[in-house]
Amino acid sequence: MSNIKYLLLRRITQITLLALYFGANAYGWHMLEGTFGASRLFGFIPLADPYTTLQVLATGFVLGTDVLLGALLITLFYMIVGGRAFCSWVCPINMVTDLANWLRRKLNLDKEEVNYRFIKRRARYWLMVLGLIVSAVVGVAAFEVLSPITIMQRGIVFGFGAGISVIIAIFLFDLFGVKNGWCGHLCPLGASYSLIGKVSLIRVKHDHEACTNCMKCKVVCPENQVLHMINKESISVTDGECTNCGRCIDVCDDNALEFGIRSFTNKSKD
Amino acid sequence: MANSNNNRRKFFATTLQSVGLTALGGLLWSGYSDEVKASPLVLRPPGALPEEDFLKACIKCGLCAEACVNRDSNKNKDGSNREGTLQMAKGGDHRMIGTPFFIPTEVPCYMCDDVPCVPVCPSGALDALSLKSEEKELDINEARMGLAVVHKESCIAFWGIQCDACYRACPLMDEAIVLKYQKNERTGKHAFLLPIVQSDVCTGCGLCEKACVTEEPAIFVLPVEQATGKAGDHYVKGWDKKDQLRAGDRKLDEIETKTERSEKEASDYLNTEVEY
Repeated sequence: MSNIKYLLLRRITQITLLALYFGANAYGWHMLEGTFGASRLFGFIPLADPYTTLQVLATGFVLGTDVLLGALLITLFYMIVGGRAFCSWVCPINMVTDLANWLRRKLNLDKEEVNYRFIKRRARYWLMVLGLIVSAVVGVAAFEVLSPITIMQRGIVFGFGAGISVIIAIFLFDLFGVKNGWCGHLCPLGASYSLIGKVSLIRVKHDHEACTNCMKCKVVCPENQVLHMINKESISVTDGECTNCGRCIDVCDDNALEFGIRSFTNKSKD
Repeated sequence: MANSNNNRRKFFATTLQSVGLTALGGLLWSGYSDEVKASPLVLRPPGALPEEDFLKACIKCGLCAEACVNRDSNKNKDGSNREGTLQMAKGGDHRMIGTPFFIPTEVPCYMCDDVPCVPVCPSGALDALSLKSEEKELDINEARMGLAVVHKESCIAFWGIQCDACYRACPLMDEAIVLKYQKNERTGKHAFLLPIVQSDVCTGCGLCEKACVTEEPAIFVLPVEQATGKAGDHYVKGWDKKDQLRAGDRKLDEIETKTERSEKEASDYLNTEVEY
């Protein structure tokens, strides 16, 4: 069990959140209402996605205070505590891309991987800025028009319709196209959480003394460029692109990786 | 030296590539977003901003649709929730994805007295202030979700058949739709009972469209913009004292017209270039 501890916890968290959102529409629950764009927690605490909020602001519309306050709360939470945890603990697309990634490994598709040089991991930051520009030009929150994240969530809460094709497209792209293609290269929402969560407290810590250099962590990590310290030095993973998913901790047989609080004492080594 | 030149060239090439691909993506993305925006004839919840602003403002959270469906008054006999009026646009609905709308022939708006859908809107896309009236903070009668339009040729009341289904279905009976009595010259002894929509009262709830008995509804709700014309500011109702104020107290000979007046007499130019 210990090698899927965080995986299980994440799936439980993701599915519980989706169930609460589903119940809000189907049964009138007041735990968590709305969608990731904007929600209400316990019937009165506003929550809103920071990047979605920025897109709406970019269209030139002056948003209601509920959304602004909600975006602030979410920003503060991930900035101080969670890091980029939205991507691996909340986002429903994570289950789709994780499945694609797992199948890739089982089907040995990684071995034959084509080097898609034209999509780099930093493409998401370009897309993030581009999304704001397009929002301003066209006058509509541009990423929300095609975001598979909210399409999947609304699909679960209100019904999918033809929106399911977007989810299948992401799955096929990650399975047969680029490894970690959507979450690790393109998703502008993930990019925004990478920036927000850069300084957060919860970090994966590496113990160089215990590490046997088996590289299992690097195989499962969806953003394995953040694990550059493996077999080199005992420091925390401080890269904002780490989603705090904890898969590396799960697969490590040597207790060389563990969640911890960011240490501020030896910051010069980061 | 040659090496640094090479590096610089490579740097410029990759930067150019990134900028180029971003521009390409931006164009495709803008084009797509602009196309999906263009879905006319969509009816929005009460208090919705004008469509252009609504599309900017709506954050696609669905709180309005959830407030619409989960109401004590909106239950089936077995206690389960009845279908709500507001739907969230899915892929394939051919409306901006994730935005709330309703289709009167499926579920019209029942004009709840407490207007549950509007105050929950966190973004301001549904504007509670627009529903304020002298009597109430939130007055559903102030809503302008659309405007009912009667197609005379398919409305059987205009054929002379007595039907007042829409008139009686209307929540603002005898206000939003009035019946006009008119003599039926064809039979000589019957009356037409013609439904006439009062566009300054109609909220666009769609109960009339739902109630209409013809195969395809002869009365239907269109977005206000599509259902109305505009005379233009240069027409002034001289018989309306308030409207006449717009003209000011200008004398007839002081009016500066942009069209040049003809020098000819009317009898001259009306008879030229006409062959009998």
